[in-house]
Amino acid sequence: MLELTGVSVAYDGVPAVRNVSLALPDGGVLAVLGPSGSGKSTLLRAVAGLEPASAGRIAWDGQDLARVPTHKRGFALMFQDGQLFPHLTVGRNVGYALRLRRVRGSAARVAELLELVGLTGYADRLPATLSGGERQRVALARALAVEPRLLLLDEPLSALDAGLRERLAGDLRQILRAAGTTALMVTHDHEEAFTVADRLAVMRDGALVQEGEIAAVWRAPADPATALFLGYARVLTGPAATAALAAAGRPTAPAVAVRRSALSVAATGPLTGTVRSARATPEQVRLVVDVAGVGEVDAVADLDHHPAVGESVRLDVDVSRLAVLRTGVGGEQSLH
Amino acid sequence: MTLRRAAGLLALALGPVLVLGVFFVLPVGGMLARGLWPDGAFDPGAVAEVLTRPRVRRVLGNTAWFAASATVLSLALGLPAAYALHRLAFPLRRVLRAVLLVPFVLPTVVVGVAFKQLLGESGPLGSLGLDGTPVAVILGLAFFNVSVVIRVVGSAWESLDQRPAEAAAALGASPVQVFRTVTIPALRPAIVSAASVVFLFCAAGFGVVLTLGGLRYATVETEIYLLTTNLLDLQAAAALSILQLVVVSVLLAVAGRLRAVADPGVSRVVARPRRPRLVDVPVLGATVLLLLFVGVPVLTLVAGSLQVEGEWSLGNYRALGGTGDQQALLVPVTEALAFSLRTAVDATWMSLLLGLLVGVVVTRRSRSRGERRVRAALDGFFMLPLGVSAVTVGFGFLITLDRPPLDLRDSALLVPVAQALVALPLVVRTLVPVLQGIDDRQRQAAASLGAGPLRTALTVDLPVIWKPLLAAAGFAFAVSLGEFGATSFLARDDRPTVPIVIFRLIGHPGAMNYGMALAASVVLAATTALVMLLVERLRVPSVGAF
Repeated sequence: MLELTGVSVAYDGVPAVRNVSLALPDGGVLAVLGPSGSGKSTLLRAVAGLEPASAGRIAWDGQDLARVPTHKRGFALMFQDGQLFPHLTVGRNVGYALRLRRVRGSAARVAELLELVGLTGYADRLPATLSGGERQRVALARALAVEPRLLLLDEPLSALDAGLRERLAGDLRQILRAAGTTALMVTHDHEEAFTVADRLAVMRDGALVQEGEIAAVWRAPADPATALFLGYARVLTGPAATAALAAAGRPTAPAVAVRRSALSVAATGPLTGTVRSARATPEQVRLVVDVAGVGEVDAVADLDHHPAVGESVRLDVDVSRLAVLRTGVGGEQSLH
Repeated sequence: MTLRRAAGLLALALGPVLVLGVFFVLPVGGMLARGLWPDGAFDPGAVAEVLTRPRVRRVLGNTAWFAASATVLSLALGLPAAYALHRLAFPLRRVLRAVLLVPFVLPTVVVGVAFKQLLGESGPLGSLGLDGTPVAVILGLAFFNVSVVIRVVGSAWESLDQRPAEAAAALGASPVQVFRTVTIPALRPAIVSAASVVFLFCAAGFGVVLTLGGLRYATVETEIYLLTTNLLDLQAAAALSILQLVVVSVLLAVAGRLRAVADPGVSRVVARPRRPRLVDVPVLGATVLLLLFVGVPVLTLVAGSLQVEGEWSLGNYRALGGTGDQQALLVPVTEALAFSLRTAVDATWMSLLLGLLVGVVVTRRSRSRGERRVRAALDGFFMLPLGVSAVTVGFGFLITLDRPPLDLRDSALLVPVAQALVALPLVVRTLVPVLQGIDDRQRQAAASLGAGPLRTALTVDLPVIWKPLLAAAGFAFAVSLGEFGATSFLARDDRPTVPIVIFRLIGHPGAMNYGMALAASVVLAATTALVMLLVERLRVPSVGAF
């Protein structure tokens, strides 16, 4: 079990991570989500032992790791771009940590790992001959080879293109589950975090903003900036929030985060507004509607019902696509 | 910086710092102290007085003029060749590139002898009357430094991104306009860097100036030699050394800022050379001219060495087993050659060991600004031998390392240590870009998989560094074989190196002695050239690029 207690990391006296406390139980997969510059990678490097913590305690199963160098921590680190050793074949890359520990029968283990990541028969190839996705799979197999106590993943999929990223994220989740690995992943992509992890920690400006089960964080973001970062389209505050919540039949709150699909065109909807723009996508029509008492919001319509700009429409509110926020302020500047 | 990191940095840096402290700072400091504290009292006014002497002012003028002219000549000859050899495809291109790297490491004395043979009264170009003129000195200096220009500018030109030029062409720029508006600005850092280094080398040139210019056309470096050995005017010598140190530090700083070495860790995009076209004829013509400029003195030297009294003969080479006419030497040349080789081997491992430690110390990733400053300061510190006159170092050795606990005058290691220091900056400059090119995350990946520091170095650093290390070894070996400035002070008469023997032979009357000097020059040049050709086969881009 990984425990971080009040961890701070500073570069040249400038704090990059401030007072972060986290716990990750064995077998759990935690995604640390945050925009670039939020200190999430620094936190990961501190756990790996590549940066010293300026304050606080990083411990594994109760043992303080401050004096344990990287290579003795038993945490495998997988980089954004894999960092395979270019002069070693795929097989020797994967078997690297096994050879360090003089594990017998490493060839069989390498074959097994390559099968796990779907690269059977690649053992004799050199990293330079692989595609980006294949390289990341090899890096993953290499990191998993000696069954690390903790797997650290630094933006493992962000160097890949969108389609491949989605597919590999699913594979990654399966592989981690199958191996029962405890993992800490850093990413700026919330979709990736949702696919791979079961717990989520959101960081902003070096501090931990929110941490919990993925679904819980998703349902109740801590503040507007977190909501926007998690993929909510807009955050309504004050009277706008009250009006939107009233239409949904909910008690009033300081702010509410709405997904794009929370409002949809319906003949009997409680809200009325004027269409400001409309754009058809393969699945639905995306609208921006100026709603009386709320202001401009995003909404969707079915493809067979394409309202024109300037047309008046009625909107229905889907309660499951709203998140009620306890505060209407917090970190907007860091996002926009 | 944590205490532990500071301790690690210190432990690695301690060895090289101590060596450089004892064998460089101490001798040079001792030399300067002699000048600034002439009678135990601090007297900087005397230094200023020295700089106003008419002869010293003439020497300063000569140095600046020679170095500037030789730099311009090197650029004029080197730039077309840099283009032709790196961007055009023609037969023997690789061989020519290797051959044109050789002059830089040819022993200075050998080059002096070759130009003397070419321009002397009985030489093929004797009728031009250039022997003993400034022109001869400038030609000799340019002969060496053309290779620096080709190397530095050529490797920049080779990996120049073609797309901006293509974009300019697509916008309607003619080839000449593309060259003027895109290519030249992109190459400017490399050209300025090459020019500043060449100027530095020319200003500190010793062997060539001494053999071709004699005492009449002295430069700062030969004047220091003259003042210390013949006139025993240490104060004036120290004054010149101080001036040299200041000028050189400034030039080094400029060159360092503009350093344009291709980063070998990043996969360089090397443009495919294209077939020469009609517009390339002037460039190819200039390259042929350069080949003549480099080849003719060498061929004259070889031809001269094969003639005895106008007849073709191997007599000069056979005479290398003896000590020359009128007992010019104490030991046969063959023995000096054996001693030279042994010395070079020692100097090579010393400079490699030091250079590797320095390289590791200055390239490790810094965690804090303070640490970064310390590493940058160390980097600059280890470059100092590049700019301090070898003569000053050599003489400083004599006057500071002569009493216990550092009584090393008779130590067999004195000459190799001095030569290792001369080669050190070149070794460091070859290794540092390579070590810098290694992505630190490779080391972190190895560490996170359980590899300790040693194992990490074996996995990540060694596969990248072994070739440059081998190349640096060859480079250091060649430099050590030809080193003349410091060795001329330190080598004992009964244990001379070949450059010392050659210098003694040309200064000693007797036809046979001169012939032997030619033959010994050919042997030494052939050995260095062979080493350099092997180095070139390793294809390490940072060799000879500063």
